[in-house]
Amino acid sequence: MKLWLAKQRYLIDFTLASLARRKTRNLGLLFVYTVLVFMLASVTLYTHALRQEAARVLAASPEVIVQRMVAGRHDLIPPGYMERIGRIRGVQKMEGRLWGYYYDAVTKANYTFMVPAENPPAAGEIIVGPALERSRGLAKNNGITFRSYSGKLHSFIIADVLSQASELVSADLVLMSEQNFRAFFDYPAGHYTDIALSVANPQEVRNVAVKLAAALPDARPILRDEVLRTYASIYDWREGIVLALLSAAILAFGILAWEKASGLSAEEKREIGILKAIGWETGDVIKMKFWEGLLISLTAFLAGFVAAYVHVFHFAASLFEPVLKGWAVLYPRFQLTPHIDGLQVATLFFFTVVPYAAAVLVPIWKAAITDPDSVMRG
Amino acid sequence: MRPADRALLALAAGICGFALCFVDAARLRSAAGPDEAERTRLVAQLRLTDLALFTEARYTRHPSQADLHSAFQDHPLALEHFPTGSLISPPAGSLTVGAGATAGREEGAAK
Amino acid sequence: MIELSGIRKAFNQGRHNEYWALDGIDLSIEANKVTALRGPSGSGKTTLLTIVGCLARPTEGRVRLEGEDISGLPERFLTEIRRKRFGFIFQQFNLIKGLSALDNIILPAYPTGRPRRELLDRAEELLAGLKLGHRRNAKVEWLSGGEQQRVAICRALINDPELVIADEPTANLDTHLAGEFMGILESLAGQGRTILLTSHDPLVVESDVVQRVIDMRDGKLICHE
Repeated sequence: MKLWLAKQRYLIDFTLASLARRKTRNLGLLFVYTVLVFMLASVTLYTHALRQEAARVLAASPEVIVQRMVAGRHDLIPPGYMERIGRIRGVQKMEGRLWGYYYDAVTKANYTFMVPAENPPAAGEIIVGPALERSRGLAKNNGITFRSYSGKLHSFIIADVLSQASELVSADLVLMSEQNFRAFFDYPAGHYTDIALSVANPQEVRNVAVKLAAALPDARPILRDEVLRTYASIYDWREGIVLALLSAAILAFGILAWEKASGLSAEEKREIGILKAIGWETGDVIKMKFWEGLLISLTAFLAGFVAAYVHVFHFAASLFEPVLKGWAVLYPRFQLTPHIDGLQVATLFFFTVVPYAAAVLVPIWKAAITDPDSVMRG
Repeated sequence: MRPADRALLALAAGICGFALCFVDAARLRSAAGPDEAERTRLVAQLRLTDLALFTEARYTRHPSQADLHSAFQDHPLALEHFPTGSLISPPAGSLTVGAGATAGREEGAAK
Repeated sequence: MIELSGIRKAFNQGRHNEYWALDGIDLSIEANKVTALRGPSGSGKTTLLTIVGCLARPTEGRVRLEGEDISGLPERFLTEIRRKRFGFIFQQFNLIKGLSALDNIILPAYPTGRPRRELLDRAEELLAGLKLGHRRNAKVEWLSGGEQQRVAICRALINDPELVIADEPTANLDTHLAGEFMGILESLAGQGRTILLTSHDPLVVESDVVQRVIDMRDGKLICHE
């Protein structure tokens, strides 16, 4: 064992000296490789953690949301609608929800106005989400005026700001009383945006949805299941964006790896011949080259992954923010809770370390097994 | 120090850093417990259905509640209007035939 | 020490440019002696050297090292023999560029796994013996021809070989350095090593250091006396 270790250290010595001869090229390769791993790992870690977060947090959503559809579009719930749902077995609670969007021309941001089901603010008061606090400098007891879509100005006093910890779900919320909401949006009396049902038994949810469909042909029940599934595939669709991010790095890496795998230069072949002539076995030559591949790819993987972890969970994936923010003005400030999927990490390892190590070994094979007398021939 | 020893030391440090990531993750997870509870509480209290991540458009802000057709708007293969629309899938089930309300009715009829 | 019987070596066998470099060699290399192979280029001296030194296998014939047949051994064993018992000094020196003199010298000992301290001590000894200690950390491509050859000699000696094989050792040296080389050779012989070299340099072949000269032409030995 000790002998084996001593031998490996010698092989590594030689490999490093060999790599140092083309220092710039090899450092460049290492850098590109690390950046590639960094980007892939960042995307993987971020996506997985966010999906986990969504799954945990949205598990508290209402079991069924009933929307009314008119000509394929979401329409309001008219008066009497909820009564038609009547007493469907399994439904514990039925509430009409009131919520909508407001475009704030001052900051060019979209807010979600909402009437909370429990403890609504007093008339004339609103509770705002933390992003509003930042973008409009709002604090408790400040006043603010919104111009409604009908052109009228409505003034409110900030009763409270929602906690920063909740920002991921509450960043752009503006909570107000039902009276204020209906007045602001000229919401027709007795109408609701949609209906939230709570069903105690999870097995019953499907049946409730079926009965709803039967009772209300223009209703579209949205099950909590579907909500969770939407977020389980976040960042999945139109993956072009990820590829666009990585294309430059993938290309650079591909070129370098191809150059490595496409064969040895005459110089390298000669060197292998010399090593064999002075007493190195084929096995030693191959091990030495394997160390070369492993040292570079393992360093790149470890450095890239650790950097990605720090980037995503300690710097809130700030490099991705422009992409994630898109054209939105508001973006929630939140520290993602680290949930690392071991399988994804293992896959990343396998697909980054193994191909490179193999690319280094492939051209060596032939040269390593030839007789060293070719060295003598000039 | 020999170059080989330096390299092996660097690798060992890297592996330690790697392991430390998982330890740190566990630490942050337990520390984030109360915050996560807060978020869950608010979701339950306000009957929320979506994360407030993408506030550009209605169907990016509430992807789970969006109209069946918003995500496709002009054409299923058309370029997405909003950058963040590229990041979220259309609502679950909307990509299959007979999605949404009609699916429920078919199920009811089958029963 | 080494016996060659019926050695024939072909290149590109079976193809249209098949070429027999050696055509029936029977030879016995005596231990503790300095033997020189002489002949014009193309006579097969270098090929014979590679076969004696286990760098290549003969197409036909047998090589025996102290009575044991080594021509049929698998590569691992041949390499081990080469490493432990033979030391090579190539005509072109064949040092690894980018490495220092010291690194080049201890390179053949890497597969043995011997402690580095031991190797460095031995290398220092050899460098001192050839008055090259001050150049130990210089990259070999910066060394002069004579210095490179001395590094090559040290490298050949790192594993303390019984047999030292040198291919055209003075081909790239001026008279003065050639004379120095012969002096080194003499001291090696004095240490009890067997030396086999090829040369067509009269300075080498006709020197007193060489105890036996073997002539070759067209892949065959030419017998004198």
